[in-house]
Amino acid sequence: MEPKQPLEFYGEPLPGVDTSELHGKLIAIEGPDSVGRTTQINWLRNWLQQQGHAVMDTGMARSPLAGKGIQKAKEGNTFGPVTMTLFYATDFGDRLENEIIPALRAGFVVLTDRYIFSLMARAIARGEDRRWIEQVSSFALVPHVVYYLRAEVKDLVSRVVLGRGAFDYWESGMDVRFGPDMHSSFVRYQTRLIRAMDGMAKKYNFVTLDATRSQEAIQQLLQRSIARLFGPPKAPRRRRAKAQVTAAHSRTQMSLRLRKSSA
Amino acid sequence: MALFGPNRFRGKLIVVEGIDGSGKSTQISLLSQWLRSQGVAVAFSEWNSSPLVRETTRRGKKKEMFTPTTFSLIHSTDFADRLERYIIPLLRAGAVVCADRYAYTAFARDVVRGVSRRWVRNLYRFAARPHLAFYFHVPLEVALGRILGGRNAIKYYEAGMDLGLSRNVVESFRLFQGRILEEYEAMTAEMGFHVIDATGSIEQQQREMRRIVMEELGESLRTGVLRSHEAPANGTETAA
Repeated sequence: MEPKQPLEFYGEPLPGVDTSELHGKLIAIEGPDSVGRTTQINWLRNWLQQQGHAVMDTGMARSPLAGKGIQKAKEGNTFGPVTMTLFYATDFGDRLENEIIPALRAGFVVLTDRYIFSLMARAIARGEDRRWIEQVSSFALVPHVVYYLRAEVKDLVSRVVLGRGAFDYWESGMDVRFGPDMHSSFVRYQTRLIRAMDGMAKKYNFVTLDATRSQEAIQQLLQRSIARLFGPPKAPRRRRAKAQVTAAHSRTQMSLRLRKSSA
Repeated sequence: MALFGPNRFRGKLIVVEGIDGSGKSTQISLLSQWLRSQGVAVAFSEWNSSPLVRETTRRGKKKEMFTPTTFSLIHSTDFADRLERYIIPLLRAGAVVCADRYAYTAFARDVVRGVSRRWVRNLYRFAARPHLAFYFHVPLEVALGRILGGRNAIKYYEAGMDLGLSRNVVESFRLFQGRILEEYEAMTAEMGFHVIDATGSIEQQQREMRRIVMEELGESLRTGVLRSHEAPANGTETAA
């Protein structure tokens, strides 16, 4: 897919939304479970507010409409893969139309902890049709930038074991049972998720960041990259951190700059 | 692209469609009773009835939180739950599943609400293709007469009040149902509906349905599908 102008829809536009009214910035942070997305978002929120930006953050299963229903469904003993995908899509739809779009209209910076890509990756990892879920999710707005905190499965395993100390049922994909026990199911499921996300990186212009770096280093990269969304870029600094940012990143930034100057 | 996934299950899926007041629920209920009496294992599934999703739908309706898109999505979630948990396992087991409304309801209703036709058709691509789909064709005024005469309170979303067609509930209901009717009529040929003239008597319509069922599925009802042990397994009666 060709990179689109910011704040268009991936597919057909949502009824009743005039994208020219959306003045805010939409920033998505994607990445697997326990990779540190929440910490990064908390730091970004503080930093952006210090810069004088109003910030709204949102994340999966937090919608007033479907959040509770999803929690409850996860506590039960049957939650089929297609049902789960669509319940999460409902949750996303509610947050997009009732939270994200109004915030963008009001000029907020919207930080979203996961976007449609996690939803799509989970569906693909569970064997659902890629074209189907892509089209279902196509009512989403194209964010200004999507950061993908990427880690290998072995890093995730050690984070889980050293952190929480136990594998989570859903993070291990135990609803589909990818393996005889939690650990093997976790490894196989998360491997499939990473593969699905990697498969989207180019098509959806992810800015891929190595999640094994220190949290502070990642935050620095994020701040530097986000700063450029707001104004003319500062003189390029030749720091080693910059080399971590992928080519896709500079492409995105480049096109942003071009659009700015032509506006 | 295929509208639905393949349906190679041993069981059979029969669905009824039509606007409110077309009499389809009465007819599918009579049909399933008849099939049961013939010794066929019959299951029944109704639109918007998944226990997993009920609370969410109720919250959304009560607080009028739905947009056309989330309304469409929550109904597809409800449908997926019934399909994954109930309809497909039963079809696999060889039951005849009778569904009161199917994906076509969304194709008609959600499009009237302003959702893209292509998008909503893709949304239901995971559904199993029905073996038989009946469409109860009825003029708008006849259906409205049945509904407005029978009940006093039409609910907000039922009346399509969210579309802002009219501030009067009855008027909004009339306009909304009229547009849904147009959508149904427009897809009848494409979807291969068996059209039942829903202005006829209940008995007439039921006779027609049974005739079509026997014509299309008679052989598998006698030998293919799951049959109850209690009922007499004489195939002669079913051939009537």
